[in-house]
Amino acid sequence: MNLVKDNKKMRIPYFPGCTLKTTAKNFEISALAVAELMDIELVELPRWNCCGTVTSLTSDDLMRHLAPIRNLVRVEEMNENGEIKDEYRLVALCSMCFNVLKRSNLRVMENSEELEKINNFMYLEKDYNGKVEVIHFLELLRNIGFDKVKEKVKYALTGLKVAPYYGCLMLRPKEMGIDDPEDPTIQSDLLVALGVETINNPFKTRCCGSYQTVRDKYAVAELTYDILSRARKEGAELVTTSCPLCMFNLAGRQKEVMEKHPEFKPMPVLYFTQLMALAFGLDEKYYGFDQNYIDPRALLRKKDLLN
Amino acid sequence: MRIGVYVCHCGGNISEVVDVKKVAAFAEKQPDVVLVRDHEHMCSEVGQKLVIDDIKEHKLDKVVIAACSPQFQGSTFKATLEKAGLSPYVLEMSNIREQCAWPHFDFPEEATEKAKELTSIAIAKARLDEPLTKKTFPIGKRVLIIGGGIAGIQASLDLGDAGFDVYLVEKNPSIGGKMLQLSRTFPTEDCAACILSPKMADVPANPNIHLFTYSEIEDIKGYLGNFEVTVKKKPTYVDPAKCTCCDDCVDVCPVAVPNELDEGLSTRKAIYLASPIAVPHSYVLDDKACLGIFPLACGKCQEVCDPGAINFDVYPEEIKFTVDTIIVATGYDIFDATQKKVYGFGRYENVITALDMERMIVYASEGNPMRPMGKRIAFIQCVGSRDEQVGNEYCSRICCMYATKLSQLLKRSDPTRDIYVFYTDLRAYGKGFEEYYKRAQGDGVKFIRGRPAELIEDSQTNEITLRVEDTLTRNIIEAEFNLVVLSVGLRPNRGTEKIADFLRLAKSPDGFLQEAHPKFRPVDTLTDGVFVAGTVQGPKDIPDTVAQASAASSRAIRLMNRGEYDVDPVMAFVHTYVCDGCGLCIEQCPTNAISLTSRDENSDKSLYPKVAKINEALCKGCGSCIASCPKYALDLHCYTNEQMLAQIKAALADKKDGEVRILVFADDMACYRLADNVGTAKMSYSLDSRIIRVPSGSRISPKLMLQAFSLGADGILLGESEEKSSPYPNSIATIKSNISKVKDILEKEKINGNRVRFVQFVTVMLSGFVNNINSLSDFVRKLGPIPSEGLKRLDKDIDKRLFGESHDK
Amino acid sequence: MINKIVITSENVDFLNKISELSDQIITRCDQCGVCSGSCPMIADMDITPSQMMRMVQLGRQEVMESKAMWICASCFACTVRCPRGLDLSRVAEALRQVKLRQAIDYIDINNISDDEIERLPQIAMVSAGRKFTG
Repeated sequence: MNLVKDNKKMRIPYFPGCTLKTTAKNFEISALAVAELMDIELVELPRWNCCGTVTSLTSDDLMRHLAPIRNLVRVEEMNENGEIKDEYRLVALCSMCFNVLKRSNLRVMENSEELEKINNFMYLEKDYNGKVEVIHFLELLRNIGFDKVKEKVKYALTGLKVAPYYGCLMLRPKEMGIDDPEDPTIQSDLLVALGVETINNPFKTRCCGSYQTVRDKYAVAELTYDILSRARKEGAELVTTSCPLCMFNLAGRQKEVMEKHPEFKPMPVLYFTQLMALAFGLDEKYYGFDQNYIDPRALLRKKDLLN
Repeated sequence: MRIGVYVCHCGGNISEVVDVKKVAAFAEKQPDVVLVRDHEHMCSEVGQKLVIDDIKEHKLDKVVIAACSPQFQGSTFKATLEKAGLSPYVLEMSNIREQCAWPHFDFPEEATEKAKELTSIAIAKARLDEPLTKKTFPIGKRVLIIGGGIAGIQASLDLGDAGFDVYLVEKNPSIGGKMLQLSRTFPTEDCAACILSPKMADVPANPNIHLFTYSEIEDIKGYLGNFEVTVKKKPTYVDPAKCTCCDDCVDVCPVAVPNELDEGLSTRKAIYLASPIAVPHSYVLDDKACLGIFPLACGKCQEVCDPGAINFDVYPEEIKFTVDTIIVATGYDIFDATQKKVYGFGRYENVITALDMERMIVYASEGNPMRPMGKRIAFIQCVGSRDEQVGNEYCSRICCMYATKLSQLLKRSDPTRDIYVFYTDLRAYGKGFEEYYKRAQGDGVKFIRGRPAELIEDSQTNEITLRVEDTLTRNIIEAEFNLVVLSVGLRPNRGTEKIADFLRLAKSPDGFLQEAHPKFRPVDTLTDGVFVAGTVQGPKDIPDTVAQASAASSRAIRLMNRGEYDVDPVMAFVHTYVCDGCGLCIEQCPTNAISLTSRDENSDKSLYPKVAKINEALCKGCGSCIASCPKYALDLHCYTNEQMLAQIKAALADKKDGEVRILVFADDMACYRLADNVGTAKMSYSLDSRIIRVPSGSRISPKLMLQAFSLGADGILLGESEEKSSPYPNSIATIKSNISKVKDILEKEKINGNRVRFVQFVTVMLSGFVNNINSLSDFVRKLGPIPSEGLKRLDKDIDKRLFGESHDK
Repeated sequence: MINKIVITSENVDFLNKISELSDQIITRCDQCGVCSGSCPMIADMDITPSQMMRMVQLGRQEVMESKAMWICASCFACTVRCPRGLDLSRVAEALRQVKLRQAIDYIDINNISDDEIERLPQIAMVSAGRKFTG
């Protein structure tokens, strides 16, 4: 724990979520590395707990908002005990975690009675005072400026045709979305800074099937097939995402897609931070390609982008 | 002073409950009362004659009639007084029928006591009545009509023909509005240009109409009878007297810009004719599109112009004139479909708006629709209307019918086309509409009930895939189309905002201009002398627009025709010897009727050089200004501060130990009327109530309320109409502010603030009225009387507490 | 089979319960169908989302036996597009919760094969657990 603040570096609380520590380790590794290069230190939230995605949508289920709020208490604590100085923004990488944390935060901000109940219930925790602002890593990059991202690019990914995929939870519902839910551009703006040729996939905001993958993997496979086929039809060679579940459904389930559609050729899916790591010319250990369901290296070699 | 009091039996309606003889006997004992009579039917010819004879014989100078509601027979008795040579404003009525005998039919003794007190209140007011007369202001015959679409054109012709002086201002180079762009009109399929053209030609032909095209309103100041208008006329650089419309200039002009007439589907040159049927029929040089005039960059058009009609040495003109009335007819704009991102307008090649389609059909009839039409065409209804996601909840009214029209025209001109209309409701409400819809169905246009969720474009073929649920069969349809037409809704024209600001015109929740009353004054606004017509007031079709335009003309003629107009003297006035010219009242007035002016040295000796002045042409008589004056210099004719206090005293003077008094200040528009309705329905409420009539509750200043408590009131209820029905803008805000000041002071003296209440009523809330009165009465009875120490302290330093130091200045 | 339905006060209770639990004024739905047109999961549903709303409006408790509310992926596409400003995802959640709170789970975790459990990321298990179990 480095309490001495480096003047150039931005130190900002960061919520990883469970999957980023396991099946999506490559997401975290690449993200932390590219953040560091941009002088951002993503400081992991101490004693964080699972966010409990997907957010509870009934009017009375206050219990299910305890877990997200408890994480927000941690952010306030970090500021109070000096671990972080004056930074109440909480960065999330996983779109689903971002959605839950932000929605619970908005809910208690609009309803002080519910906040009081939650604070009273978690009497062993400090009270949540409503100071935290939950943001997505893409938002952080947008605030800093994608031109700053461009400055760090060592090897522009020219000629790589990428269709960014957004999914649902970083854009909807409107009050917490980070971009227009029908026509988002935030990911493609980032990718353009990396030198990529961005492809518009009309299905970029269509749901990947989310948790239905547990109940009916072939239903999800159909969605994957539609989303990726259309991306390919528009000219894409690679798809990026910002959510471990979207990653699993779009990439992991390609096995089921090929069972039902034998003519389907595998399409690599990467986290956008992995492309950033590649473009920044970081060491290979930060790419995390080993963990990807569909290895992108063949494609990258063909495009002469793998140094 | 000689007051005559008449107590009416009302054919038993009153006398069966209230002992009228006792009320008459009571009245006789009151100071200044010289004559008292009771009679079976005061409003009958006999009764009225009695009053007239008495006035003459006994030289009465004030008259009090204890009978029915003044809102019932008030105007009858006012006319009676006028016939006898008295001012109608020295009449007071005490409402012992609707507000006494009828609601309290079960308690004749108590009702009689209350009737006495109500009469005493009326007498107290009458004592201070002044013999006022209606005010008359001169008015001329000049009208400004803003907007030269079909509404403006119709209104101009009506008023011009009627002999009025019309100034018609239109921002485009030609009049005609949106109708110029339409192909045919539903349900008759008249050619829009053909029916519009002769009307347009009539405008310059009418000697009473002064037409200003390519002109905009820069400023409007003033009020009814005296609107000072400033118009800025843009230079056209072409002299219409010389221009022969030969088109030579167009041929040589090097600039091409999107043609507004065709919604950008075609181009025009910098010098152009706005429409084939443009009025004035003359070319216009668009100096924003032109390569440059100062310094001259090109000049080719002038070189080739044989008649020498083109002149670059012209400048914008500022024109000023004064008018008496104004009609706002600025029309609409279509909804900006790029806001509805799911439909891809602006991004997808084959998604267009209905107005685009209108233009395409006009050209298609000549063989070239400007862009491909295709065979499979879909219409999507409710784009930008009935949609909370884009912030427009309202229905735009004409889209169902224009889609029915466009789809039929397309189908009939090429039956091999496959045409679908995707709707949520098909609204064919007007004359001939349902039959027209049936015709479309018969022609083979397919109507599918479902709102398309999204459109997706194939990037190679540009075909549009549409996904929708057919809600009638619960199937999901995913189909491809060559062309998708968005049936866009209407928005108020962007030029309306500025005009609304100049004239202080309110907007309805949907963003269109608000009419004075939705049922009975649909073309008036709350600004006297300003009317609205056409789509600026709300989406509507051509017949309704034309009807409104004629209606607005008729309303304007009604004001202007006699050469003068009358205004009730119920208006604010200034006690100039008290006023110190602080100007705090000016902001309070919702109609900007108050200004500061220099004193007339001879008549007005005062330390203060400035004094407040009321513009009687603007004052509505709401009384909102009264509470804002720290010196109590502002007052209201017919409801003066003195009169209000006298009525309050009279209401409380005979209060006995153990009795409770609830003073109800009821506004003319809603609460007083409602109380009458309650009585008429024979519904009972607490006998503790004493209703005092006011034009608006905003007239009741915090000081009056506190004085009422000091004098013995146990509770006060202010009843007012709802904001949206109120003729007094800002009254609600004023009342709320006054009440909160009173509550604060009461609480400070440990008196329960809930003794004073404010309720907004509508005239049908009968049980609402009863419940509010009864609950306040129960509440104050439970609390018990106000402790006398609290009352004594209430009297102290009221003014300082309300106004702080500004009172003592 | 053409159904004849009878609307009684019991039906209204069901509508009120779901309205309260979802915090939506369900009677405002005018059945335009935008939700169904936007739904990515509709191919597997037995009733459409707008049909689900209709059944709740009429207080038809049979809607609880439908598959549709379980097939919902909580993607909120309907939410951002509803022209009446209704949040259908919350109505679906309310219907699910009525069942789940009766201790009737929709899936049995034990039925998931070991291979699948090995493959599935935690996030899938957590969210599936949240939506399908009580």
